Amino acid sequence: MNLAFSIGDLHFKNPVLTASGTFGNGSEFDDFLDVSRLGGIVLKGTTLEPREGNLYPRMAETPSGMLNAVGLQNKGIDYFEKFIYPRILNYNTNIIVNINGSYIEDYIALAERINRLEKISAIELNISCPNVKMGGMAFGTNLASAREVTREVRSVYSKKLIVKLSPNVTNIVDFARVVEEEGADSISLINTLLGMAVDVVNMKPSLSTVTGGLSGPAIKPVALRMVWQVANAVKIPVIGMGGIMSASDALEFLLAGASAVQIGTASFIDPQASVKILEGIENYLIKKGFSDLKEIVGYINRDN
Amino acid sequence: MAKRIEDLKIIGNKRLNNDFFILELSGNTKIPDFKPGQFAQVRVDGSPETFLRRPISIHDVDYEKNTFKLLIQIAGKGTKTLAELGNGDILNLIYPLGNSFSLPSENEKVLLVGGGCGIAPLLFLARYLKSNGNVPDILLGFRNSERIIEFEEYLKIGTVFITTEDGSMGEKGYVTSHSVFSTRQYNRICCCGPDTMMKAIATYCKNRNIVCEVSLENLMACGIGACLCCIIDTVKGNLCTCTDGPVFNVNDLKW
Repeated sequence: MNLAFSIGDLHFKNPVLTASGTFGNGSEFDDFLDVSRLGGIVLKGTTLEPREGNLYPRMAETPSGMLNAVGLQNKGIDYFEKFIYPRILNYNTNIIVNINGSYIEDYIALAERINRLEKISAIELNISCPNVKMGGMAFGTNLASAREVTREVRSVYSKKLIVKLSPNVTNIVDFARVVEEEGADSISLINTLLGMAVDVVNMKPSLSTVTGGLSGPAIKPVALRMVWQVANAVKIPVIGMGGIMSASDALEFLLAGASAVQIGTASFIDPQASVKILEGIENYLIKKGFSDLKEIVGYINRDN
Repeated sequence: MAKRIEDLKIIGNKRLNNDFFILELSGNTKIPDFKPGQFAQVRVDGSPETFLRRPISIHDVDYEKNTFKLLIQIAGKGTKTLAELGNGDILNLIYPLGNSFSLPSENEKVLLVGGGCGIAPLLFLARYLKSNGNVPDILLGFRNSERIIEFEEYLKIGTVFITTEDGSMGEKGYVTSHSVFSTRQYNRICCCGPDTMMKAIATYCKNRNIVCEVSLENLMACGIGACLCCIIDTVKGNLCTCTDGPVFNVNDLKW
């Protein structure tokens, strides 16, 4: 069975990755699974300077999902290089760093730093975080900004560049085309949908930031629709995510045109979700008589 | 101790009153060496409304029977669903999670203070302290006598003081006004309960140089330090209640 896919010359042994912000730096999950079985892991969003993130409460459970407003809490790139990077060197999988900034210069500086880290095989350019006051989603909801930040990062980063799109736009295909034109090697989508919840008992917003990012199965149909649209509009590989809880969910994205998937919120419910989904995809292919993952990618879009 | 994810069989569901019940779970293999203050992330199946796991304290552990108990307050849909489970039902747990109360030296005088559902981790803590040669005093606060739970269990371990808000049993008022604070001297207080109660106890301890540890109940998603949702603002920056806690020395908190 060939489960591999690739972004240009970057090889992934299988199409199951973990989504940024839901898998820590991998080691949080060592008790539950062998991280090296995965196609790749996307590390927690990293910024140039340390960030404390937003005030508590930052999370609210909603029907079939959750809202978060973590706000990119992380210890910054210096700490990452010194303390996190050495810990992940032994994982035999693709390690992707999700980068964020308030200004284009932040993204450029981060990309330059990460370009020097041998073990990091790609950057996921996060222009879609809904939980920061400056930058983040502001880049991903304005076509000119999305174009500029992709172009600038592309010019300093020589390895694989994945751009993570925001669903909080009128036409996501426009953004996909723009980042492809500017040299992105792959597109990942969707980041969380902007949402909110109100605590009726205490008569106040459930999140300290009032609004936050919705994830989980509640957003899956929206995510799937956007992945299908984008996969049909660009030539570069698309990595689909949004509410994938099971192998069947993941297969929907693959059949709709995603070359790979990221598992996000599911890892909070079941820390082994990613490997279970991987096994489920393989079993499906065997049962259906396929020998290569590529045979089903975009299957529903072909004249079969 | 490595964290596990397991399906465990329920061998008892004891209803204590309208609000509280105790689930007793039997280990598939040898149960882990729990530390007092640790918790489990409990999966609630069956409804879109209960998407996330519920963090529940380890209430008591019986290594001979290879069982442990979760004391649960019915607070919403998830815990209501759990309350309806019975013998033979299966519960999926991620456990044991979190740090623990630190072990006092033998000559320290220790008081455990719990209010409402906050009494949950204190029974195993009391048992643990006693087995390590330090019998704690225990002060428990409830709204009224009908809501007192697990009193006999605590009595088996040490001296138990009770407060009720209406004075129907023990001293009238909140735990923070109990006479034990003026009649006995403690080196260490371990506390779990509503935030206002823990903050009052923390202030009392700070003013008297008494070691004080509290167990927090922040909202959490993953329970294993990945989502960064359950953070608490501390002198060391934002820490995760699930992995850096749930037990914190009050000197580290910005209370």
